[in-house]
Amino acid sequence: MSANGLKAGSNLEKVLRAGHFAFTGECGPPKGANVEHLKEKYEHLRGVVDAVNVTDNQTAVVRLSSLASSALMAADGIEPNFQMVCRDRNRLAMMSDILGAYALGIRNMLCLSGDHQHFGNHPQAKNVYDIDSMQLIALVKQIRDEGKFPNGDEVDVPPRLFIGAASNPFGDPTEFRIYRLANKIDAGADFIQTQCIYNMERFRAFMHQAVDMGLAEKCAILAGVTPMKSARMAKYMAKFVPGMDVPEALIQRLEGAGKGQQGEEGIRFAIEQIQEFKQMPGVAGVHLMAIEWEHRVPEIAQRAGMLPRPEV
Amino acid sequence: MIIADRKPLEEILEMVHDCGSILLVGCKGCVTVCNVGGLKEVEILAATLRIARKKEGRPLEVAQRVLERQCDPEYLEPLRNDYDQFDAVVSMACGVGPQFLSEAYPSQRFYPAVNTRFMGGAVQHGVWEERCAGCGACKIHLFDGLCPIARCSKSLLHGPCGGSAGGKCEVSAEIECIWDKIVRKKMENGRLADLRVFRPAKDWRTSRDGGPRRSIREELVK
Ligand code: SF4
Ligand code: SF4
Repeated sequence: MSANGLKAGSNLEKVLRAGHFAFTGECGPPKGANVEHLKEKYEHLRGVVDAVNVTDNQTAVVRLSSLASSALMAADGIEPNFQMVCRDRNRLAMMSDILGAYALGIRNMLCLSGDHQHFGNHPQAKNVYDIDSMQLIALVKQIRDEGKFPNGDEVDVPPRLFIGAASNPFGDPTEFRIYRLANKIDAGADFIQTQCIYNMERFRAFMHQAVDMGLAEKCAILAGVTPMKSARMAKYMAKFVPGMDVPEALIQRLEGAGKGQQGEEGIRFAIEQIQEFKQMPGVAGVHLMAIEWEHRVPEIAQRAGMLPRPEV
Repeated sequence: MIIADRKPLEEILEMVHDCGSILLVGCKGCVTVCNVGGLKEVEILAATLRIARKKEGRPLEVAQRVLERQCDPEYLEPLRNDYDQFDAVVSMACGVGPQFLSEAYPSQRFYPAVNTRFMGGAVQHGVWEERCAGCGACKIHLFDGLCPIARCSKSLLHGPCGGSAGGKCEVSAEIECIWDKIVRKKMENGRLADLRVFRPAKDWRTSRDGGPRRSIREELVK
């Protein structure tokens, strides 16, 4: 830890440390080396969020690397949250990319298992899974805090990264999800971004447990929000995305909004959620994953009362 | 045991396309138990190949043999007298068989008639499932006797991942999420504490390292 008590000194860490309600966004890199396209997407998020998650071959579809995209973003003055999955790299590649990320100005990193390659556009690929997400969290922490590689060798300038992890309160077995979150915090997660939440009742119960177990004190929990663009999207997610809980009532609400109005209704629901999260004990912020809807984020942020973002 | 599947007939026909005669060799080991390369399957494949080639108007002479095992040099001896009397030898053993045969009789060509799949067992009549990935450092006691290395789609040591739903793996509704099972078993038996333990990164040197792995039993080495 540095003299100012910060672990990494990222904007996100400072916002949280100062007690502000954090707001993070997300940007999926393009399917190619189209830097202009990447810029166009993240420009919508400038000044609107505290950090932008940069996905790592999300859903196992090949895209511009999360490391390169994060570095481009950092150089352009937008704070990235560099995502890394365990599917595509062994521990050597991971460690060198962790060091590389820091060297390139990246200060936040999210440690994930990653979607299985079966979902993606190269299902023939061999997956790696040398280590899992829990071990990745512990690895980053060890390199950062002990300044040592797992073999005991010294790290010549340890990377100071704010360590993030994911949590899905809706995965099965439900009773275990809170303990898995606790394990990630014990392993070294500084902040958590949850899977997108649609079932508020279940999430309230989950946060209640998190507060009771003292987890929310140890780690900043950011609630995941993805606005629904249509009832069709909601139905698709309910049916085909494993570990996602989309209540029937929400689908009906979107359908009830009528043609052409479903997107607006989805945004309204997201805003209501954000407003509730601001009040919910233990929730330290919101992670808004507006998939291919980056241009709507400023409006959502504005309407949800998340602007202006704090300068820390 | 080792589980294998018969290759499609077309692929085998393609392999022996330019042969006029072959020797089909089964094995009485694992492939007999999983009904893919024992006496019965040798007979069926021999007859099928003969018929298929006869239809093509290019008859194939198929001799057949079933060895005690193909993964032990001493059991390969029965082929010594006539292995070279055929244009090729097709093995119905697991991938070890044709390799041991190739090493024992370097002048002959050996073809695999089966695809070797995994180490597992029968879960119901006619259905076999993987249980072990041969990682070389068994830790199943930590997971209540259920192996996440072989049975979790991501070989996670701290599961279940966020995609686990309704006892099924995110990859497919046909795949059981083994972590769901491990967690339920632990929780039902009051062993939640086991699931709160951090497991260090696995040492894969016992699994896939430099060259083929060897097992040496000093007391047996002459
Ligand atoms: S832990 Fe290793 S040796 Fe044991 S069953 Fe699993 S893969 Fe096989
Ligand atoms: S759903 Fe279960 S079996 Fe499938 S990858 Fe996740 S933890 Fe492993």
